[in-house]
Amino acid sequence: MSSSEEEIYQEHVLDHYEDPYHRGRLEQPTHHHKDDNPLCGDVVELDLAIDSDGKIAQAYFDGEGCCISQAAASMLIEKIDGGHVDAVKDFTAKDMLELFGPKLTPNRQKCCLLSWRVLQSAIYAPCDGNREGKSPAEKPRSSQESL
Amino acid sequence: MGESTGRADPESDPQTQQLDPSQWRSDFPILAKKIHEQPLVYLDNAATTQKPRQVLAAMDELYETKYANVHRGIHVLSEESTDLFEAARNTVCRLIGNVAREEIIFTRGTTEAINLVARSWGDQNVVEGDEILLTEMEHHANIVPWQQLAARKGASIRWLPITDDGHLALDDLDALLSSRTKLMAVTAVSNVLGTINPIEQIVACARAANVPVLVDAAQSVPHAKIDVTRWDADFVAFGGHKMLGPTGIGVLYGKRSLLESMPPFNGGGGMIRRVRKEGFEPADLPDKFEAGTPPFVEAVGLAAAIDYLHKVGLSSIADYEHQLAARAIETLSAIDGVHIFGPPAADRAGIVSFQIEGVHAHDVAQILDRFGIAVRAGHHCAMPLHLRLGLTATARASFYFYNTLEEVEALARAIEETQKVFRKNSRSAKKVRQK
Repeated sequence: MSSSEEEIYQEHVLDHYEDPYHRGRLEQPTHHHKDDNPLCGDVVELDLAIDSDGKIAQAYFDGEGCCISQAAASMLIEKIDGGHVDAVKDFTAKDMLELFGPKLTPNRQKCCLLSWRVLQSAIYAPCDGNREGKSPAEKPRSSQESL
Repeated sequence: MGESTGRADPESDPQTQQLDPSQWRSDFPILAKKIHEQPLVYLDNAATTQKPRQVLAAMDELYETKYANVHRGIHVLSEESTDLFEAARNTVCRLIGNVAREEIIFTRGTTEAINLVARSWGDQNVVEGDEILLTEMEHHANIVPWQQLAARKGASIRWLPITDDGHLALDDLDALLSSRTKLMAVTAVSNVLGTINPIEQIVACARAANVPVLVDAAQSVPHAKIDVTRWDADFVAFGGHKMLGPTGIGVLYGKRSLLESMPPFNGGGGMIRRVRKEGFEPADLPDKFEAGTPPFVEAVGLAAAIDYLHKVGLSSIADYEHQLAARAIETLSAIDGVHIFGPPAADRAGIVSFQIEGVHAHDVAQILDRFGIAVRAGHHCAMPLHLRLGLTATARASFYFYNTLEEVEALARAIEETQKVFRKNSRSAKKVRQK
């Protein structure tokens, strides 16, 4: 077995997969976004409750897919829950891959980055239809976006 | 097995005895490769097959000693290349039932062959309100070109359903063949379920309703003795790389009367008789559909692949792959938590798609890869089929004659190891992470 493959399913990853942080839905999210990786069928949706200061008071995710996509979503939600949207904006795809930990091949990086992509859209996707920038108003800021 | 296999033709395919893969494996250099320090177990043959030295040598020899552009070259090299290219066409003619050379169009692959029919025959014959009949088990290559045609013409797609055990619901066929049906397109073998479809019976039903039939034979021609005249199909498409040949070469068989009536597909050199400023006059068959420099080296590689398959024996291949699939179904279904999709072993080719409870197909493929085992995971270019089955992704083991029963056992053991990766964690997952 190769060492680079061996490390993907380490305990830290499997823990998040089987015992995820904040998997579920918020009753009244202020922001929400859902997307999939059509090639593999992984789905992630995020509910955020962002207060007027831009603080993410609550963050939940739901979805289905491979271990990597779901564990990554759990890690990401744990990371940003209670944080500020500015920190999310500064959180790059590279940061996401580092947060996940195990080295991934380009194909599996897509799984890992799904929730990151959904989050970058969710912060620009308020649930209130009257507010500005209803749908993902801006593209995620990263050279890794095309992954 | 099904009606399309196991029929020995004593003339051209004498070897119906038990196939011994060890007799052939040494011709495939890649099969000696180690993946993650484990022997490669290549079970992704429905996606593409590996190449024997003989195919590579045939192409090398052409490039090294006889290479020049085909047709109209008045010099030795061009004539040699042309002779080899047209000999390759004759080899394909013999492979699928001694059809005429005018009925064999070389394309870039199965997909292009189907697109050729959709663009040329489809644009000429399909009008608003018409219907094109597909089945729920088609590969995207046999769906999307028809959806595009339907969109261009205002036609609609109808779907022959499948049964829960992965057969076509043939009882529904007559009712779906209406006076508006312009074409039926059906796969001979499902690339996900392995189901062998009764093409003769389907074509007979369609014929009774005056509906021409296109058969996607990409998973069929490489694995069994096929006679398109016995099928009585109007069009048959298949590719080279799934049958030991190179990429970039495929075949469209079409009944001559249909091909004669169709307008050219791509325009360019090679497909014309003459060109004037005012317009052009197309060439005769098969050149009419082969615009530009054809993939003639690839065609020669395909012919070498066909020669090789005859040496192994296509009837033996079908019987042997059936044994591999039957063993895989038996072994895998004995593992708790493994679910297999598709018909019983008796009705299928060497394709076994499965899921492991609690483990996503991509994780299955990733962990099997650690053991040197190459399988495919995902929707296998058959999203409508996966939706019908209520699945997002499956893992698929697909066999060729160079696979062994030991490799099937290796797959089963690696699946058990995959389960352990996740089960081990289930026991320790009780601890709750606190932020």
